[in-house]
Amino acid sequence: MLKINNLHANINGKEILKGINLEIKAGEVHAIMGPNGSGKSTLASVIAGKEDFEVTEGSVELNGEDLSEFAPEVRAHKGVFLSFQYPIEIPGVTVTNFIKTAINETRKAKGMGELPAKELLQMIREKADLLEIDRKFLSRSLNEGFSGGEKKRNEIFQMAMLEPQLAILDETDSGLDIDALKVVANGVNKLKSEKNAVLLITHYQRLLDYIVPDFVHVLYNGKIVKSGGKELAYELEEKGYDWLK
Amino acid sequence: MGKFTEDDLKKELETKEYEYGFYTDIESDKFPVGLNEDVVIAISKKKNEPAWMTEWRLDAFRIWKEMTEPEWANVRYTKPSFQDISYYSAPKQKPKLNSLDEVDPELLKTFEKLGISIGEQKRLSNVAVDIVMDSVSVATTFKKTLNERGIIFCPISEAIQNHPELVKKYMGSIVPKTDNFYAALNSAVFSDGSFCYIPKGVTCPMELSTYFRINEGGTGQFERTLLIADEGSYVSYLEGCTAPARDENQLHAAVVELIALDGAEIKYSTVQNWFPGDKDGKGGVYNFVTKRGLCEKNAKISWTQVETGSAITWKYPSCILKGDNSVGEFYSIAVTNNFQQADTGTKMIHLGNNTKSTIISKGISAGHSHNSYRGLVQISPRANNARNFSQCDSLLMGDKCGAHTFPYIEVKNKSAQIEHEATTSKIGEDQLFYCNQRGINTEKAIALIVNGFGKEVLNKLPMEFAVEAQKLLEISLEGSVG
Repeated sequence: MLKINNLHANINGKEILKGINLEIKAGEVHAIMGPNGSGKSTLASVIAGKEDFEVTEGSVELNGEDLSEFAPEVRAHKGVFLSFQYPIEIPGVTVTNFIKTAINETRKAKGMGELPAKELLQMIREKADLLEIDRKFLSRSLNEGFSGGEKKRNEIFQMAMLEPQLAILDETDSGLDIDALKVVANGVNKLKSEKNAVLLITHYQRLLDYIVPDFVHVLYNGKIVKSGGKELAYELEEKGYDWLK
Repeated sequence: MGKFTEDDLKKELETKEYEYGFYTDIESDKFPVGLNEDVVIAISKKKNEPAWMTEWRLDAFRIWKEMTEPEWANVRYTKPSFQDISYYSAPKQKPKLNSLDEVDPELLKTFEKLGISIGEQKRLSNVAVDIVMDSVSVATTFKKTLNERGIIFCPISEAIQNHPELVKKYMGSIVPKTDNFYAALNSAVFSDGSFCYIPKGVTCPMELSTYFRINEGGTGQFERTLLIADEGSYVSYLEGCTAPARDENQLHAAVVELIALDGAEIKYSTVQNWFPGDKDGKGGVYNFVTKRGLCEKNAKISWTQVETGSAITWKYPSCILKGDNSVGEFYSIAVTNNFQQADTGTKMIHLGNNTKSTIISKGISAGHSHNSYRGLVQISPRANNARNFSQCDSLLMGDKCGAHTFPYIEVKNKSAQIEHEATTSKIGEDQLFYCNQRGINTEKAIALIVNGFGKEVLNKLPMEFAVEAQKLLEISLEGSVG
């Protein structure tokens, strides 16, 4: 589903990604680990289409289609979802209004009409329950005054509402206590299917106990230096990153 | 947002024409430029005014001549040259018509372009429309229905003829000729405007509305509105303005006086979209307005405004809370983009006992613009148990614009309760990217964020205005991403 070929990307003239090769098939869960500064978040941003980054070589293909020409919102319509490491606040825009707009804009792009209010509400209730989100939450301004854990849960709530093809979760576990982590992992696991794929970006092996990956890759200095199964994560936990250098 | 997007959006803004930038090709009756006593007398004569009205104007003119132009506002502009403006312009039409069938089809086409389908309004929303084309009111509709309830809604020129007692009693009582430079000017040369009287105990069954338009280049628009709600009555009034594109600045110095007698309520809503000047700050309307209302006992006046146009906006719709238990409200969204400047706000003057005022002001700045809120909450020594709540929020888009607040609070009575809150926020690239990543394009994202910001005020507008206002907000902020 996702094919990354020899991807080079830089920001402000500095090269961060130095030739990434990665293939993710539908139904798979991949994890990317690596030390700070290795380029994990950059990779996520480049796939999502953030314009601060310049792709100098290589390509990112989703279902055989080159994403490079597409604006971030178009990539979203094609099924790319990024759960942000630091979700930003948008005062005055309620969670409900935001997700309603997101859903309807995507439907519009696909030539569909707006989702009827009744269906929308039902969907909201369902997904909010899945992620143990209080209804009162939904009328608050997006991310305003949310704790770290609440922000991350809200990201997965949006993922549940948008049902993406490729979900990139950027350090979704950071700032979460064990209980919150379980809820989030449960949510992600329920959303997993044969038709979609998940790319987890994380520092810590702990998340991978709950969302079990099919493949683990280590990103170091802008390149994937090692790939393996989930055991690789344990190895990293024990040995750190030095042995790869 | 990278370079690519900014340039792209800049281009879009440049080519986006001012929607209402067109010029109605109707023969116009226009005075040569300049202002002196003869011009004042000529204006009065053109309108067949009684002698007392001519004298009133002349008195104002003489007062104006002695005054100096005020310079304290937080705005910078090329001063209008008062001798280079023509003070009268009317389309060559029979001004008094009994039905729309008699209106010049060209005029009707203009109204349609403005989005006012008179017929539709007549039939569907039950709004009586008094359309002011330049200096003369055209097509006053629904007179009959209103007359049945004793409601008078007509051009002020007509009121001067038919209801002189009311005009003499109230005109200039809230905004005297001496009040300020522009009020004095307006008093001398006011062209036309709306007059409204609601009798005791009557609830006006429909929303009264007026549309204005500045047509000719070089004419200032000096409309004068007087709205009197007698004891226990209610009226909701809508004022919406548009103007065509022009190179030279056009002066708009209006005066609005509202009187709410015991137990009466006036709701006054404005959507202002005068030509704001081009992307380089050239041209645009100067909107220097004096609006004030007086509340007697148990009366209430609410001002709601959405200001998106004009090169310079300078206005403070205010309330004098004279009567005990009276209430004043001010809800405002002011948008400035490119090189627009706004210095706007309100004055709540608490005189009676148990008076209450609410101020909610939302300023949105973009481009190189400057948006200032200036407010006064004044509690006089005899005003016991006064309460005020003020909230001013500013939203900045980009890093070249400015938002300023000048809140003045003068309390001379110990029992007063005053609350003031203020926030400043910014629409950042990160917020926009977040929206983009959820499938919402930048234009829609800005609209979403701005509407969320202005929600509290937009909710106060009558339904038909709220939709137009939302659209206006979006249009005026296109291409202004930071």
